[in-house]
Amino acid sequence: MAIVVKRPKLKWWEQLYLPGILKGLGITLRHFFATLRGKTKVTMQYPEEKWNDHLPEHYRGAPALVTDEQDRERCVACQLCEFICPPRAITIKPEEIPSEDKWAKVEKRPREFDIDMIRCIYCGLCEEVCPEQAIFLRKDYSITGTSRAEMVHHKKKLYEIGGQRVGLVNKWNELK
Amino acid sequence: MDWTFLALSVVKIIGLVFLVILPMVAYSVWAERRVSAAIQDRVGPNRVGIAGLLQPMADGLKFILKEDFTPDHVRKTYYWMAPALTMIPALLTCAVLPFGSRLFGEKMVIADLDVGPLFVFAIASLSVYGIVLAGWASNSKYPFFGGVRSTSQMISYEIALGLSIVPLLMIFGTLNLGEIVQYQAENGWALLPLWGESLSLKGFLLFIPIFISFIIFMTSIFAETNRLPFDLPECETELVAGYHTEYSSMKFALFFLGEYAAMIIGSGLAVTLFFGGWSLPFGWLAPESIEADVPWWQGLIHIGVFFGKVIAIILFFIWIRWSLPRFRYDQLMRLGWIFFFEIAVINVILTAVILIWVK
Amino acid sequence: MTFLFYIFAALALIGGIGVVVNKNPVSSAFAMILSFLGLAALFIQLDAYLVGILQILVYAGAIMVLFLFIIMLLDIEDEEGRRFGFFSTAGAIVVAGGLLLVLSGVLKRFEDGDKVLKPLKAMADAPSDVRQVGELLFTTYWFPVQIIGILLLVSTIGVVVLSKRELR
Repeated sequence: MAIVVKRPKLKWWEQLYLPGILKGLGITLRHFFATLRGKTKVTMQYPEEKWNDHLPEHYRGAPALVTDEQDRERCVACQLCEFICPPRAITIKPEEIPSEDKWAKVEKRPREFDIDMIRCIYCGLCEEVCPEQAIFLRKDYSITGTSRAEMVHHKKKLYEIGGQRVGLVNKWNELK
Repeated sequence: MDWTFLALSVVKIIGLVFLVILPMVAYSVWAERRVSAAIQDRVGPNRVGIAGLLQPMADGLKFILKEDFTPDHVRKTYYWMAPALTMIPALLTCAVLPFGSRLFGEKMVIADLDVGPLFVFAIASLSVYGIVLAGWASNSKYPFFGGVRSTSQMISYEIALGLSIVPLLMIFGTLNLGEIVQYQAENGWALLPLWGESLSLKGFLLFIPIFISFIIFMTSIFAETNRLPFDLPECETELVAGYHTEYSSMKFALFFLGEYAAMIIGSGLAVTLFFGGWSLPFGWLAPESIEADVPWWQGLIHIGVFFGKVIAIILFFIWIRWSLPRFRYDQLMRLGWIFFFEIAVINVILTAVILIWVK
Repeated sequence: MTFLFYIFAALALIGGIGVVVNKNPVSSAFAMILSFLGLAALFIQLDAYLVGILQILVYAGAIMVLFLFIIMLLDIEDEEGRRFGFFSTAGAIVVAGGLLLVLSGVLKRFEDGDKVLKPLKAMADAPSDVRQVGELLFTTYWFPVQIIGILLLVSTIGVVVLSKRELR
């Protein structure tokens, strides 16, 4: 159905456009002086001011691996995250945990865990899919490097960002 | 040949064009960005130097270092000529603007012509060639549209521009810009008739046509310099970048700077015709006559006053640009031919009637 | 300042030759503008500022812009390939030569040709040439001005009638 837009009938002074122009000029002038006096909210001056303190709790930054309270790496190299990752940024090479290890019951752990940060789209699917709650999106947001190789986060770097996380999954601990 | 005359002219040309106009062009770009930012509640360029004051240098360096790419399908000769043809007329017109009274007994104008405003219009009308040529030589559709639009726009608004200042010239009785300023210094600015001969019934009546001419003149200057709300030759939303779509590096910069130079000259002309040029209000420090010498410090003050007024008008240009939306093309043509042309003609007659009948 | 005269005279001539020789209409138009600019400079050197400026304002600034406007809208590719035939070249040379002969004959008989005139500026308290032209137009030549005005009005009305006529 066609919509009929009713055009307002302009008075003769409105047809001159001058009052409208003056009104518009007034608005811009008000904003101009307000900004000069620092009355308006303006952009964050990025390198000096940073988001760090203002990030919301649910912020999705760089993905990272975490250890549990016994310093065991939570990742069991199930490779679910590798499969779900839309841009295929994650590469995992699993290895078997030797039987003399304290955590031999877990059976698998990642030998290598690489996340290519050039590919990562910060979607958070890896975090959602992880049955062990081993991978989390942290608040690190300015990931930079001077080469492609530098932009790949290896396992060590991932644990460095992630650190230790207490609570939740405890099924691998000895039952008390 | 008069060598001192030549030497003085060269000094004035270098001093005005290279030491004042070109830096002003660079800094009006900076001002444009900062003021637009403030109007839109942003910050604007503030990184290079204190408050971003060195930004023009950084921009210039960037333009020089960028690759100067010439597309394969352009008509080479004209493609190379076009940027120069926009810059040259813009800078040529400042030859007749009186930018000060006198300094050490020397008139502060490069060429003291008796046809000042006509000279400005004549040279400004040549500036359309740069744009037309750029549009045509680029040999691609959007620049071509830009060039065609620019041509018809300039032709339309030149008429209104020329006719709008006729009432002023009738009142001043001279075409020499220096004498026009001297008259205003003694008898009140065209837009501030509050001293001298203007303080009479005739003066107040003449204010009506002068104000009408001012509005027509300013609007036409906006159209002539391709500034918003009349920047249809290069409007981004329709024509990518208009006539300079195919240009890069310093060639693009020349178009950009030529536009701002034209804006500065337009402001200079507006100041000279309507705001008393280098004169202070209420006849303060006004020289006795056009031939009288003034002390050097007064000369410096006059130069400062002139450029202060020019800067104010440039800020007005910027303010308008970031307040008003763009016109549609048929509206632009309608405004030029149907309203401004007729109003300007009627304005001339009105001025003549006042000049003859009111004593 | 004689050398300036030669520079601008050469500019005008080069422009004039360029108009004829160039095959690209846009180049021709620009050669014509060059020639107009040279001519304007010659007028200004004779202290005839108004005529010189009007030469630029009207011819270079308005009429040639319209010319270019039309040329740009046409397809000029087939113009560029065109060659001058024998008859057109010969005809052009004959016409130009005849014009040259007539002009030189007239100029030879013009006796004041080598007389040095006083510069316009040097005349005793001469008003600016704008004022002189204006006064002449509005007194001595008032009737011709009116007739030209009527002629222009008629042509304007004609254009409006032609362009507004509805096509059937």
